Amino acid sequence: MPFELLVALRYLREGRAQTWLIITGVAVGVGVIIFLSALITGLQQSLIDRTLGTQAHVVVRPPEDMPRLLPAGDGTLRAPILERPAQRVRSILQWQRVATDIAALSGVVAVAPTIAGPAMAVRGDGASSVAVRGIDVPSYRDIVDLAAFLTAGRLDLDGFHAVIGMELARYLGLGVGDRMRLRVGTDMGGVYTITGILDLGNKDLNQRWVFVSLRAAQSIFGLEGGVSTIEVRGARIYDAEPLAETIAARTGLIADSWMRTNEQLLIGLRSQSASSRLIQTFVILAVALGIASVLAVSVVQKSREIGILRATGTRRAQVLRIFLVEGAILGLVGSVGGILLGSVLARVFAGIARNPDGSPTFPVALTTVLYLRSTAIALVVGIGAALLPARRAARMRPAEIIRYG
Amino acid sequence: MAMLAPTPDPLLRLEGVTKDYGTRVVTHVLRGIDLVVAPGEFLALTGASGSGKSTLLNLIGLLDRPTAGLIVFGGADVSRLDEAETTALRGRAIGFVFQFHYLLPAFTAAENVMLPLLADRGRRDGEMARRAAALLVDVGLAERASFRATDLSGGEQQRVALARALMMRPSLVLADEPTGNLDSESGAQVFRLLREFNARYGTAFVVVTHDDRLAEQCDRIVHLVDGRVDRTVRRP
Repeated sequence: MPFELLVALRYLREGRAQTWLIITGVAVGVGVIIFLSALITGLQQSLIDRTLGTQAHVVVRPPEDMPRLLPAGDGTLRAPILERPAQRVRSILQWQRVATDIAALSGVVAVAPTIAGPAMAVRGDGASSVAVRGIDVPSYRDIVDLAAFLTAGRLDLDGFHAVIGMELARYLGLGVGDRMRLRVGTDMGGVYTITGILDLGNKDLNQRWVFVSLRAAQSIFGLEGGVSTIEVRGARIYDAEPLAETIAARTGLIADSWMRTNEQLLIGLRSQSASSRLIQTFVILAVALGIASVLAVSVVQKSREIGILRATGTRRAQVLRIFLVEGAILGLVGSVGGILLGSVLARVFAGIARNPDGSPTFPVALTTVLYLRSTAIALVVGIGAALLPARRAARMRPAEIIRYG
Repeated sequence: MAMLAPTPDPLLRLEGVTKDYGTRVVTHVLRGIDLVVAPGEFLALTGASGSGKSTLLNLIGLLDRPTAGLIVFGGADVSRLDEAETTALRGRAIGFVFQFHYLLPAFTAAENVMLPLLADRGRRDGEMARRAAALLVDVGLAERASFRATDLSGGEQQRVALARALMMRPSLVLADEPTGNLDSESGAQVFRLLREFNARYGTAFVVVTHDDRLAEQCDRIVHLVDGRVDRTVRRP
């Protein structure tokens, strides 16, 4: 065993009560960090999962219709007043090539061509405005796993089949096997048989979304062979905005990331993270001060012993390392206790409250990365906090401390 | 680095060594000490309290630096050594025995003895343990090797301190009132051991003492008065 480690361990063992007190302090601090991080990360993950569970990371669509000015004759002065034209569901030009280009970009995991447009869902005398979404089931599965949201029926969109949200089903009195008419404009649409009912976890989406096949949507909106949107899933959710910018720059199309369409959510998440970091910073500071004060007292208590060590040939650097090792041990042992404490607390807390579907109200994310990060923080804080007392010990003049203590 | 091999030259030479404390109010503790210690010599340093004995011992032990003057140890001018070299020389060539034992309470007697070699080598090894055990046998404490320092009597602690001082096989051992805190029987036992090691290993000893009877048993007595060598008495 190295000399410094041996002396540090003996010193810690010697001041047993003091040592356990500070280790408990570190453990409580690390426990708070683990608990808080697990809770905040879990809540954020749950929020993001709920948000991104039903939407793509990036949605690509064609530029909006703009009026074109015809060239005027020479010497003609014009003062045009532009009236914004009504928008319609339009196809992305050469969408197959665009989709292939996007799929080749780094950071892109999946690409799915889709059609999205407004329609009326009619059954008997009842009618409701809906958002029709034409999808290619196999490719769309990599963007949103619709099957996971099914509460009745199956995800069958072949021919004139449709899958609808549960609120719409309730409103129009529809069940699996029933039929409804989708009407676009005055003369387009068709009659569709309901094959599945979804609970998307959002009342508005459950009220408005109607899924049909890509081919059916092309027919409904008059986009023969076309698609109005390309939906993209990226490798990392927080890289969605730069990915959208890259896609927009490469294709000249409009690319909206989930981060832009859910800006309020993102601001909320960031504020939550910032307040969590602030609390953690104060906890770390308290732990650091605790370790530093204990070691500072220890240096004073052991000044005569330090003098003896120095007189018997112990180098300044060795004395410095003895106290740094003490700080590291306090941090490490404390972090192990903290991981246990924080994990137990988080699990108990997550088990207390449950949603009606059985999922925890406060989901927690206890990960190896969190444990390693907390241990690293405790280790760095332990060594950092020990630095000043250690330097003080190393600078002691042996002649003076042996004589005066 | 100093050469510590046996040499016909003096082990230690002090020329005009002074030591002052304070800046605004200067206290002249040592006022031009000239002293030579030969290898294997057993020297007593006597004087009244405040005469500068302990300060001189600190300078000889390289625990402090003189205000002026020359200290040559083993042929090397110690003023030319940096902090690390001084520490290394002190650790390897000089042993210390203090009045109040000053063992590390968290360590056993054997570990206290090993301490200088442990610091020097950086980690514990078998040879170190054997050497410490042999020294504890020499001081008559073989059966106390695994006792904590705090579980030993005053006399036993001082004998452990003496074994520690000899662990590095130093050429010089400095003892500051080594018997001053012991009863007469323990004091006599410790002093006998000092003489015995001096004779057996040829280690030079500089012993600070107030006890005239002990001083009489040394090869030479150097008496300090007000920071100066007042007289030197060589014993037959």
